[in-house]
Amino acid sequence: MSASPFSHKKFRLVFICCWLVIITQHTLLLYFYEFSWVVALTDSLISNGIMLLSTLLIMTTLRYYLPATKQYFNFFVLCFVLSILSILLGRWFLGLLFNGDEFYRAFLQRSFAIRLSIAFLFLGCVSLICIIWRRQQDQTEMDSRKADAEKMAKDAELFKLRQQLQPHFLFNSLNSINALIGSQPKEARRMVQQLSEFLRGTIKKDETQWVTLGEELQHLQLYLDIETIRFGNRLQTIVETTDEAASMKIPALLLQPVVENAIKFGLYDTFGETTIRIISTIENNHLIISVQNPFDTETSKSRAGVGFGLKSIERRLYLLFARTNLLNTKTAENIFIAELKIPQTEQ
Amino acid sequence: MSKVILIDDEPLARLVVAEYLQEHPSLQIVEQCGDGFEGIKAIQQHQPDLIFLDVQMPKINGFEMLELLDNPPSIIFTTAFDEYAIKAFEAHAIDYLLKPFSQERFNKAIQKWKEQQLNNTKPDTNALLESAAQLPYQSDRIVVKTGSKIKIIPILDIFYLEAADEYVKIHTAEGYFLKKKTMNFFEQNLPTQQFARCHRSNIVNISQITRIEPYEKDNYVAILRSGAQVAVSRTGYVKLREVLGL
Repeated sequence: MSASPFSHKKFRLVFICCWLVIITQHTLLLYFYEFSWVVALTDSLISNGIMLLSTLLIMTTLRYYLPATKQYFNFFVLCFVLSILSILLGRWFLGLLFNGDEFYRAFLQRSFAIRLSIAFLFLGCVSLICIIWRRQQDQTEMDSRKADAEKMAKDAELFKLRQQLQPHFLFNSLNSINALIGSQPKEARRMVQQLSEFLRGTIKKDETQWVTLGEELQHLQLYLDIETIRFGNRLQTIVETTDEAASMKIPALLLQPVVENAIKFGLYDTFGETTIRIISTIENNHLIISVQNPFDTETSKSRAGVGFGLKSIERRLYLLFARTNLLNTKTAENIFIAELKIPQTEQ
Repeated sequence: MSKVILIDDEPLARLVVAEYLQEHPSLQIVEQCGDGFEGIKAIQQHQPDLIFLDVQMPKINGFEMLELLDNPPSIIFTTAFDEYAIKAFEAHAIDYLLKPFSQERFNKAIQKWKEQQLNNTKPDTNALLESAAQLPYQSDRIVVKTGSKIKIIPILDIFYLEAADEYVKIHTAEGYFLKKKTMNFFEQNLPTQQFARCHRSNIVNISQITRIEPYEKDNYVAILRSGAQVAVSRTGYVKLREVLGL
């Protein structure tokens, strides 16, 4: 069942106006055929009153029942029968009212065919309009359902991409805390705080939410601090930004997986100290964030090109901006660079 | 007194094991290592009775390190989260500790190891390494030892493999490297869209082939970009024609 068109105020107004026009026209027509005003108006009111009832009957029927394409013919037969009944009922009623007016009764007889044609034409048109309206309603509903389903799928995918907090990171951090509890309980307590704050930030943020780069970097710093405790002297991080860049917007939790990838790539591909650089600049109203890590040119040749582990970031950027050129990777000597471009048009 | 070596890239992770080991005075830590390269050196030097080994480490992982040892000691693996490795451990009944682990769980692992020492039963490390070779993060490279050096060969850099007694010769632009594995092992583990077993004793990198020429009766020879000639058997020729789409 779909909503009645009468729920629209505009439709109600147009509907009433149309009937007033029809009644007036009918009256004027009879008046020009030299009937008295009383006869003309009564005929118009009674005939059109019955027609109005038939119209409402058809509209109500079509509100609850939409004939299949094959049943259209049956439906128009039904319209025809309804037209005959309406006209017969009108004739009988008017005949009773103007029992003594022979001239009018003769007119009533003669005008049967034309009245029937008009009635059928009218009811047929009403049915057709109702059916089209219903079909359109169904289509709109289906479209919006489809759009809803697509949006849900997109949201779910974004959620999944965002939820890529590595269990590996979490369990290793807990293991570090476990180690610190014995030797440096104060440090352990600090790390518990950092880890909790980081996790809270990860859970709280909604992926559709935009934050400033400054906020995102603050969240990222918690992550970097934890990683620095885990890997000791091996990991150095340098974060460079300007006040202007820090005030620009970025989708929440976009940066952390990129940095996580850089740390993993950097630490597992080289020996000794690894420096991760995170540099943000502005270029043509785009926020550019460059994440750099060292790698072994000999063993990782094939990996650097593919952009190793950054697929999900690329996908997320595509879902958010419908663009595929927002994540670029390149190498400069033994440095791997992942560059994110964040358009500032959104918001 | 038994000698123990800890191999883990996170200093704090080693610290926990060292602390838990204080309850076992019969076990003595002789060295702690932050990566597999150091690990190999330390193992060769000290010949430990037991090692604690992390899976994810810089350059080469725990499994790859073991592959390079001729006679691996008893191992207790430690890992934080690695569903693939855990599957491999369980398939071969090898004990492992999931970080963070408790002193009790740690003691149990030591107890189990001691029992194995008494009964002289050692889990089959070779079988474990065979299944570890299929792990996604190491299936794109092969780790070999040349003299005292360790070399990581990305599989795309391989020209072809050649059987050589109980070894396999891995031919690359830098010459060949030896790996103590069977041809069947490589045939099963190398990606089939890239490598084809073209002969009983050869596996060839398909993208290296420039042409195939007849050679003696019923045999062929594949000429590689490097100019190397690789023997191709009749069935191997059929296989190559298929993958090359000839």
